[in-house]
Amino acid sequence: MEDHYQHLYEMLSQVEGYIYPNEIELQWGILIVLYPYLTGLVAGAFILASLERVFKIKVLGPTYQLALITALSFLIVAPFTLISHLGQPLRAYEIMITPNGTSAMAIFGFIYLWYLLAVLNLEIWLDYRRDFVIWAKEKKGFMRGVYKVLSLGTSDISPKAVKLDDRLGYIITVIGIPSAFLLHGYVGFIFGSIKANPWWSTVLMPVIFIFSAMVSGIALIMILYMVVSFLRKVKIDMACLDTIAKYLFYMLILDFTLESLDQVHRIYEAEESFDILNVLVNGRLNITLFIFQIFSGMIIPLIGIGAIQLFKVREQVRKIIYLLTGVMVLVGIFFMRWNVVIGGQLFSKGFHGFTNFKLGLVGSEGLFMAIMWMVLPFVILAFLLWLLPPWKKEEAA
Amino acid sequence: MAAAGTLVLSSVSRPFNVLLMASDPPPEEGPWWGIAIDITTCIGCGMCARACKMENDVPDEPFYFRTWVEQYTVLNNGEVKIESPNGGIDGFKSSVPEEEIFKTFFVPKMCNHCSKSPCTQVCPVGATFESPDGVALVDEKYCIGCGYCVQACPYGCRYLHPEKKVADKCTLCYHRLKNGLAPACMEVCPSKARIYGNLRDRDSEIVRFLKEHDYQVLKPHLNTGSKLYYNGLTAEIS
Amino acid sequence: MPAQINRILLLFTAFIGLFLVVRHFLIPETFGQYGHYRGASLDDISSREMVFADKEDCFACHDDIMEILENEMHAGLSCLICHGPGREHVDDPQLGNINKESGREFCGRCHDIHPSRPLDVVNQVDIKTHHTEKTNCIECHNPHALWEGME
Ligand code: HEC
Ligand code: HEC
Ligand code: HEC
Ligand code: HEC
Repeated sequence: MEDHYQHLYEMLSQVEGYIYPNEIELQWGILIVLYPYLTGLVAGAFILASLERVFKIKVLGPTYQLALITALSFLIVAPFTLISHLGQPLRAYEIMITPNGTSAMAIFGFIYLWYLLAVLNLEIWLDYRRDFVIWAKEKKGFMRGVYKVLSLGTSDISPKAVKLDDRLGYIITVIGIPSAFLLHGYVGFIFGSIKANPWWSTVLMPVIFIFSAMVSGIALIMILYMVVSFLRKVKIDMACLDTIAKYLFYMLILDFTLESLDQVHRIYEAEESFDILNVLVNGRLNITLFIFQIFSGMIIPLIGIGAIQLFKVREQVRKIIYLLTGVMVLVGIFFMRWNVVIGGQLFSKGFHGFTNFKLGLVGSEGLFMAIMWMVLPFVILAFLLWLLPPWKKEEAA
Repeated sequence: MAAAGTLVLSSVSRPFNVLLMASDPPPEEGPWWGIAIDITTCIGCGMCARACKMENDVPDEPFYFRTWVEQYTVLNNGEVKIESPNGGIDGFKSSVPEEEIFKTFFVPKMCNHCSKSPCTQVCPVGATFESPDGVALVDEKYCIGCGYCVQACPYGCRYLHPEKKVADKCTLCYHRLKNGLAPACMEVCPSKARIYGNLRDRDSEIVRFLKEHDYQVLKPHLNTGSKLYYNGLTAEIS
Repeated sequence: MPAQINRILLLFTAFIGLFLVVRHFLIPETFGQYGHYRGASLDDISSREMVFADKEDCFACHDDIMEILENEMHAGLSCLICHGPGREHVDDPQLGNINKESGREFCGRCHDIHPSRPLDVVNQVDIKTHHTEKTNCIECHNPHALWEGME
């Protein structure tokens, strides 16, 4: 408690202008930055997977399972960032039993469960069911039991049954696309529907969130595909990688257009909040917004991947550009979430001043905690890739 | 079997009962509390902010206030200076030379107890709500401490209680109201700058006050249905 | 029905059924009584202990002072402003268990000259220069009867 007050007194000394006294403390810290970031990666990765499945872009085949499993690993971790930031984490279940019909946040539990159980898990299960049955036969001892349980006791792998799996999986992917939009669009709505906060309150917020989610998810899969191939010492399928990059490029353009539209609209309308937002953007947010989000997170990747679309570039160079731009995009989208969540709390709702945000290292809202939540999905991913190796599947086929 | 059936049935139907009830208009009988603040008679003594902290277990640190007083100083060059040292609890000292001042006044702030309150709208679990008599309250045994309501309040009237770890706000001293007493801040106001009362009672002090004065609410464009009416509100105040 | 659909439906039904049952037991008793909240919380909140006393209580024992104050410039002031919450004193009236705030700083909160303070509401003096021959204001002004003994 003393530390907490100490920290707040320090922030008090950094207040500029006048802010309401209760606004000195930021309610939402880095964990709430991570939350939309993680769900964004989920939604983006899923959309990439469904490009292959529903839109029949078959070159993306090598990344289909990888994208699904990545989405699952990040989705498992996402709610923990939310729950661990709560003042009363043990009461989190209330959001499921008495959701408030008028709250954007209340729908979270249901959309989350729907997406986790009815979409992702089901799609992965249907996709792997045949392999579970085969692996359960091949393996011995404990692992045999595991795959038996995973196959839920089904054993029919006749072409007819497998065809049914495929059919069902297709239907679920079709349902999954709007679900992924819903999952992330509603996260945008959580912010976009707060009329008290002009930095958040825009109808474009959910749409911007969806497109930035696709950008980040595609970039993540692009990098993961390269890394996983490198670790497995197999050759990267360049046609697949180039196609992913192409979609990343399209999404970047859309995202860039939407975000610019939002800002242009804001600047042109110049409502009462404009003056303070202007100072915010050019002051406390200038590095994270102009450098990380726009310059290195958008413009450089656009130029980098754009150049590859126009000119013939050697394979080795392409890979390096993809890797670099992928990382830059991921960092850029992280700072996009940062600028929304943290930026929206830095200025007073009375429009007369600013508070400050200092990221602590330890504690439930600290940097280490955030790093842990950021690393955990990769650990889960590694485990799932070991349990459900997509490449073994190919061999079995 | 039948028992399990009714169990599941009631579990399904209960939330719908709740939804139906929530959309009911407020009952026509019983009090409907509102507040009026007269900026022209506030003398900036800060007794209200002080009494509020004593009455309601609000932490003493200057980051948590259910009510506070702001001092506005409009300078001759048009600049607006706003201060609220420790929420006005220790009183105010004048800080600007008199000859530079165009206009200056005190503005007490507190929860607006909005009838279309943006804060209760966003609560994910139904831990903050408008009571049947029009007071926005927090159920501290049920609040999960997500902070969404704090974000949604346009007036900065909520905070997360550092010890209880739940959202906390002005209750209009609900425990005093229910016993027929004035809220602590109103009790200690020396100049009747703060008035509360039943808006449904045509003879109440507040209704008379509203009849006799030109009142306005804070941030009317947000359509929060604020029930805190100010007399003497000027363009600078936000 | 094909085995996989069978399994999926079974799992989902079990899951939803379990959820509904658990939910039934977790919802608080009075939830939804008046609206989408715990009805009992209204009682919880209204049964809080009051800290500030009822000023009518003072009247029962200190009617003399109430009467003096009534005809005075400080008539609009509640006893609790200068005497603090006074809950302890009302429960067990004694000398010494209630505040008696006075002094230049305290009276100055309302009376110190300040540009934002409307003069038609409260008369102001500069507490740094006003009759500095005595330290405490109440040595000249009786807080209940302000001009008592002065003409
Ligand atoms: C039940 C009767 C009772 C009530 C109610 C009561 N008092 Fe008293 N009060 C007393 C008595 C008895 C004394 C002691 C008088 C004495 O011994 O001279 C006293 C003394 C005081 C003193 C002087 C204490 C001192 O240390 O000099 C103050 C000030 C005072 N009361 C204020 C109040 C206020 C304000 C209230 C209302 C909140 C109040 N009292 C309510 C009975 C009461
Ligand atoms: C402006 C501030 C102020 C207000 C308002 C006020 N008092 Fe006092 N009161 C004082 C001070 C200061 C003293 C101490 C006087 C002293 O020590 O000589 C005092 C003393 C007293 C005493 C002790 C006996 C005495 O006469 O000195 C009683 C009893 C008392 N007050 C009751 C009340 C009651 C009842 C009210 C409300 C009707 C009230 N006061 C309102 C400031 C105030
Ligand atoms: C909470 C605010 C407040 C406090 C504290 C307070 N007063 Fe007052 N006082 C007033 C108000 C309000 C008036 C009546 C209106 C006016 O002055 O025109 C007043 C009037 C007076 C007057 C009469 C002025 C006149 O024009 O006749 C005197 C003298 C005075 N107070 C002295 C004191 C002293 C001494 C104290 C400290 C024990 C004190 N006051 C504490 C608010 C306060
Ligand atoms: C030595 C006695 C003395 C002391 C101490 C004293 N006053 Fe006075 N006060 C007076 C007298 C006498 C007047 C009448 C007018 C004058 O002389 O200014 C007065 C007038 C006032 C007035 C009315 C001013 C007006 O313009 O009508 C207020 C208000 C006041 N005093 C408040 C205070 C406050 C507050 C304190 C403590 C900081 C205080 N007084 C201390 C003797 C005193």
